[in-house]
Amino acid sequence: MNATQNKRVAQRSMGRILLEFLGSMNLAITLLVALSIASVIGTVLQQNQAYTGYLSEFGPFWFEVFEHLGLYDIYGTAWFWAILAFLLVSTSVCVYRNAPGMLRDMRQYRLNVQEKSLRNFHNVREWRFEGSADDTLKQIQPILKLEGYKARLKDHGDHLVLAAKKGAFNRMGYLLTHVSIVVICIGAALDANIGLKFQLATGQKVIETRDIMATEVPDQSFLDTDNSAFRGSVYISEGGTSRIAFIGVKEGYLVQRLPFLIELKEFRTEHYPSGQPKSFESDLVIHDPEREEPLETTIAVNHPLVYKGYAIYQADFRDGGSELDLRAWGLFDGGSSEVEGKVNQSYNLSTPLGDYVLEVEDFRLFNIDQAPEGHPSGKERLNYGPSFSYKLRDAQGQANEYNTFMQPMIFDGRNFFLTGVRTEVGGPMRFLHFPADDKLSLDRFMNFREAMTDEARVRRIVTTQMMNMARSVGVDEETQAKAANSIITAVQRFVRGGYDAVSEGLSADDPELEQRVQAMLNVLVAVFRAIYVDVLEQEGIDTSQGISDAQIQFFDDSLNAMSAIHRYGSPVFLQLQDFKHIEASGLQIARAPWTNLVYLGCLMLIIGVFFMFYIHHKRVWVWMSEQDGQTRVLFAGSGDRDLPAFKADFDALAGRMEKLLKPIK
Amino acid sequence: MSMTEDSMRELMERPPFYKTLTLRDWLWAVVVVAASIFAHVKYASLMDAYEVGILYMSAVTLVVIGWRWRAIQVLSLVVGALSIGAILLYGNDLQRSESNFFLKYLISSQSAIMWMSALYVLATATYFIGLLRGSEFINKVASAMVWSGTAMGFIGLMVRWRESYLIHFDVGHIPVSNLYEVFILFAVLTSLIYLHYERRYKTRSLGGFVMLVISASVAFLLWYTFSREAHVIEPLVPALKSYWMKIHVPANFIGYGAFALAAMVGVAYLFLERARRKNPDGFFASRMPELAMLDDVMYKSIALGFAFFTIATVLGAMWAAEAWGGYWSWDPKETWALIVWLNYAAWLHLRLTKGWRGVPLAWWAIVGLFVTLFAFLGVNMFLSGLHSYGEL
Repeated sequence: MNATQNKRVAQRSMGRILLEFLGSMNLAITLLVALSIASVIGTVLQQNQAYTGYLSEFGPFWFEVFEHLGLYDIYGTAWFWAILAFLLVSTSVCVYRNAPGMLRDMRQYRLNVQEKSLRNFHNVREWRFEGSADDTLKQIQPILKLEGYKARLKDHGDHLVLAAKKGAFNRMGYLLTHVSIVVICIGAALDANIGLKFQLATGQKVIETRDIMATEVPDQSFLDTDNSAFRGSVYISEGGTSRIAFIGVKEGYLVQRLPFLIELKEFRTEHYPSGQPKSFESDLVIHDPEREEPLETTIAVNHPLVYKGYAIYQADFRDGGSELDLRAWGLFDGGSSEVEGKVNQSYNLSTPLGDYVLEVEDFRLFNIDQAPEGHPSGKERLNYGPSFSYKLRDAQGQANEYNTFMQPMIFDGRNFFLTGVRTEVGGPMRFLHFPADDKLSLDRFMNFREAMTDEARVRRIVTTQMMNMARSVGVDEETQAKAANSIITAVQRFVRGGYDAVSEGLSADDPELEQRVQAMLNVLVAVFRAIYVDVLEQEGIDTSQGISDAQIQFFDDSLNAMSAIHRYGSPVFLQLQDFKHIEASGLQIARAPWTNLVYLGCLMLIIGVFFMFYIHHKRVWVWMSEQDGQTRVLFAGSGDRDLPAFKADFDALAGRMEKLLKPIK
Repeated sequence: MSMTEDSMRELMERPPFYKTLTLRDWLWAVVVVAASIFAHVKYASLMDAYEVGILYMSAVTLVVIGWRWRAIQVLSLVVGALSIGAILLYGNDLQRSESNFFLKYLISSQSAIMWMSALYVLATATYFIGLLRGSEFINKVASAMVWSGTAMGFIGLMVRWRESYLIHFDVGHIPVSNLYEVFILFAVLTSLIYLHYERRYKTRSLGGFVMLVISASVAFLLWYTFSREAHVIEPLVPALKSYWMKIHVPANFIGYGAFALAAMVGVAYLFLERARRKNPDGFFASRMPELAMLDDVMYKSIALGFAFFTIATVLGAMWAAEAWGGYWSWDPKETWALIVWLNYAAWLHLRLTKGWRGVPLAWWAIVGLFVTLFAFLGVNMFLSGLHSYGEL
């Protein structure tokens, strides 16, 4: 043997060892377990979230470790795909090694079986019958046929062998299940677009991470219509169109061009009587240069459109730029002005307290939520009507989040306008309750507020009050003026900072501080009340007979609201007066040309599993030799089922033969 | 070899299957088909082509199962008759569940489900008493309880289906849409699978063990009803409004039920193996069947579960392709379904290829139940994803 031959032998055995390793059951089980564990991680750690969220959750060190391991997009990492690839190879090798034998096994009858080996079977009988082997055969064959066995006969000269088998499709079950895994993996890999992954890895395509207009995205982040497989999404406003879809990749996205233009005519949400959403539908028009007429169709959840291999799904919805008529009420200077706003747009807002940027973020037509305990409607869930949310950003770039309802809501039998503010990200939303007047409007409250901020008016009212008081008590004018000034200052402090601010001007180490504050508050409430009465009179309400309980309640509610206004963090209150609701439909657009291959694999898998579990492979042999006018018969069998199960089958078969052929005892 | 003449004759002349069918079997087929046609005609406006297909496929399946297992004929007729009775008693007024005696105490969906719960728990105890006393009579009583409980469970589901339409025409849907409903489905399907093995292996000794897991699901169901008011019928979210639900969910629960049953047989196996080792003549060791038989039941059950779980997962993928834009999204529920599938695939490989038997596989089947339980319950409770149906 020379060196080259040695080498060849070594190579062949290396190849065989590798093949054995790849096709081994231990590797397969290990891979199954590894795949399971990786999958568990992927479900426990939420995938493809914003990186900032992970950073704050794990801290900078672990964030980076996990990022290197690819744990934020586990199912897209090379090592996860490597496990899958190994499983694919392992299964393929397994099929490659076993398929020929199995196919042979399905066809062959094993007619050359030896008497000695039959004797070693677990299930074996030996009989002697009167008559020739042919007679015996004539009786045995129908029994086997009745049981569904297929048989072949071979004359070996000194003996005959009848070999029979049934359930060969059990072997087919093995082949189908294992080939199906390969088919499914290949189909899925093709649909997962490995080519694109390669382009990303080599830098031919670059993930865009900036939040910019699609028109500004550079060409290297665009994918052309020849891209074979992808899953992207796009939001289209009612009346709007789109020729692209966005594919989310890691922390950024790619832009996919479409060979047609999608127009959204209308997006509809239907509701159940209880208010929960019942259906989401989009009326689409597909404009394709290859069509004479545009295609009009309606898609809904569970009812996508498949057009030229592109599947378009109803996946989501959001506001598509609703037009809002707003009234900006000055909370510290009175007055109001009309403002128009569109969702997703920003506006400059000048106030006496500085310039702000108004960022209108969302509009909701319905707010369906739990009804408060004992609500007069008696319903469990209520629709609180339209609301809109926005951010107000000051010159320093600090922003508060606001959420304001259009219609008043009932609390304790009284109507309030609700507006919420969130001053820190992730913090709770705190709500201001502005009381609604008899006409369910904000006018009276805002008039009251305006009167409170109007120094001249407050001075007039305080002075009138003072004069009335001075007349009865007898205080000189100078003292009166001094007292009036300090009251007016207190009112202004209240307007600016609520009750807490009233005590600001008083010396903190005054031993009688508490009494003084209390006295001041008593005076203030009387002044507020006088201002309130003045506001009512201005409305044309006759207050000469005093004011009603409801009006007093309104006064209390107003003061409660005003004492908290300084925490609202905004110089204006934006009231939603009217709106034009424009929605955007979230479409998912996918192209998966190999789906049917995957389904074929699935079908093979299911058929294979049933073949494997419910068709049992069995073989029996009848070995016969003639001796002195008698026939000696050896009947043996084996099956892939459990021993007890096959034994029962075999015993039944043997029993039937004994009954029919009546062996010699 | 001892064989009776009868069984001998049966073995000698095996006529084709259709010739073994009796008049009763043919009547059964006629009743089922007629009932399906009636349902089709009456509710045609509520069904799309797929649902009509599902209706007739179910009818054919039921006919064949009834032929192979005659007790199913009785069960179906009882369930059918009492469900129709409940529907007639209701008329168009849901409030009658409070005023009508039969509805209030017997066959409104809530009452039927309570009866099911009580019967299953009683059956568990009765099976164990039967095992303790070694009394076949007591065991038969327990089996009768399981049959009755199963009938009540199915009646509960059928009547609930109708009740959902009585709430509002739009709200109506098949009751396999939330955790409460599928727990009932789990209990009845697991019981049926158990009854099948009870008949096939001619032993009632496993009843207590299997009914234990069903009792546990009943306990969860009751807790869920009383502390969370889960029994209230809610309308379907748009994502669930599809004919796929009608086949995906039941197929899944045949799988879950079979896996649960296998795990409980695994528990019985471990106890028995220990008992046989310590004292082969002890009362438990002597009253239970062969270990090899338990091993076989465990394998059969996992094979059955695996086959149906495979179908369910494939159906789920096809539904996902239609609803979410892709047949596989690595959504937590999908991923856990894969994990369950891989787990039992490994189990089956070890048994079929490596020839493992007995104790390690019994342990593995028990661990498998916990994996399955997490896929079925844990994912919905702890992980968020497409299956949580929070929105859209």
